[in-house]
Amino acid sequence: MPAVIESGAAAARVQAVWALLAEVADPELPVLSIVDLGIVRHVRFEGDGRLHVGITPTYSGCPATEVIRSAVRTALDAAALADAVLEEVLAPAWTSDWLTSAARAKLEAFGIAPPAQAASSPRHLWRAPLVTCPRCGSRATERVSEFGSTPCKAHYRCSACREPFDYFKCL
Amino acid sequence: MSARQQAAQERDPVQQAAHVRYVLRLADTSLVLGQRLGEWVGHAPALEEDLGLANLALDLIGQARLLLSYAGELEGRGRDEDALAFLRDAPEFANLTLAEQPNGDFGHTIVRQWLIDAWQLEIYQGLLMSADSRLGAIAAKALKETRYHHRFSSGWLIRLGDGTPESHDRVQAALGCLWRFTAELFAADDVDERMQAAAIAPALAELAPRWSARIDEDLAAATLRRPAAQPYPWHGRRGVHTEHLGHMLAEMQHLQRSYPGVQW
Repeated sequence: MPAVIESGAAAARVQAVWALLAEVADPELPVLSIVDLGIVRHVRFEGDGRLHVGITPTYSGCPATEVIRSAVRTALDAAALADAVLEEVLAPAWTSDWLTSAARAKLEAFGIAPPAQAASSPRHLWRAPLVTCPRCGSRATERVSEFGSTPCKAHYRCSACREPFDYFKCL
Repeated sequence: MSARQQAAQERDPVQQAAHVRYVLRLADTSLVLGQRLGEWVGHAPALEEDLGLANLALDLIGQARLLLSYAGELEGRGRDEDALAFLRDAPEFANLTLAEQPNGDFGHTIVRQWLIDAWQLEIYQGLLMSADSRLGAIAAKALKETRYHHRFSSGWLIRLGDGTPESHDRVQAALGCLWRFTAELFAADDVDERMQAAAIAPALAELAPRWSARIDEDLAAATLRRPAAQPYPWHGRRGVHTEHLGHMLAEMQHLQRSYPGVQW
């Protein structure tokens, strides 16, 4: 969660909204919140005196984006923040590097292997990632498919425990 | 883009129309290709490839939505992404002719995908430095997805080309069939030149050799021959399409045309 340097009551309210959004689960990865995923980009009071909440899509075509937008709106409405401005942030483009360390641990506990390396360099695409099986911890794993049940995941199989599992792609 | 550039553009309707057109061309290429890939759902040779093609389609349609929404805003006539996708006729579409070509067999689809992936890699890379910051932001997002697409399509091109005699011959034939549409990829016209002069779009002439080098590298790995250049440029980007687009749109637009404004 980025540090927000603001004074007094405004800062406290901003922190409260961050805490509120940390309760909004991702519809396809319910074990993670949208804050864990780095989808919430900013929460701040702007010159117009209104609270602005910025969210970014993960993949351009991720079907969860609209569900997330309405979930955020619902959470804000329920907290009597109906006049908050919900805005889409495109730049910088979302990256799996923004997953918090807590998010990575939650993914692993849920049975999804977290991204194996930093996506900051496009070179990661040409190195086969060393993916650890989230069930038995073996690194003897193989890719079944580049694509999985959602845009953000690929399909893997563990050669040690023979279980299939999802891998959260580096993007 | 900056307020100053925007103000200058508003004073020049020709420049504004070119800007809209440029964004529509990118949007329509992604939309039409995404729709074509969607036709594979439930029909691909293996479940993994079914998922793969559907995921590519999802990314492409997502990119198209961002671009169409932006084109609608630039145009300023109140058309949103849905109006642009579902309520335009074929001559108003500005996609690459290559994108609308029918799927054919799996190898044919892979060749079409790979040619366009390699093109989009160069275009989006070039747009990162665009004077139009909104277009730059969309490109930065799309570029990351396109790298995945190219890895998928070039991987299959190599497996099929360097596979059995049967798979080799089929992708070589697909290449022979689709190559004539590549003359359009880097054929700059007035719209491209205006956008390039305004630093909104990269110079197509500079991108062409990079595309060509990538294509040659993949072809060599796939043991495929590059067909001879065929200079006749197709004009999908100017709204002159092959007969295939109309049929595709009839299916894609059917619901919105029959029940205007329908939602689920």
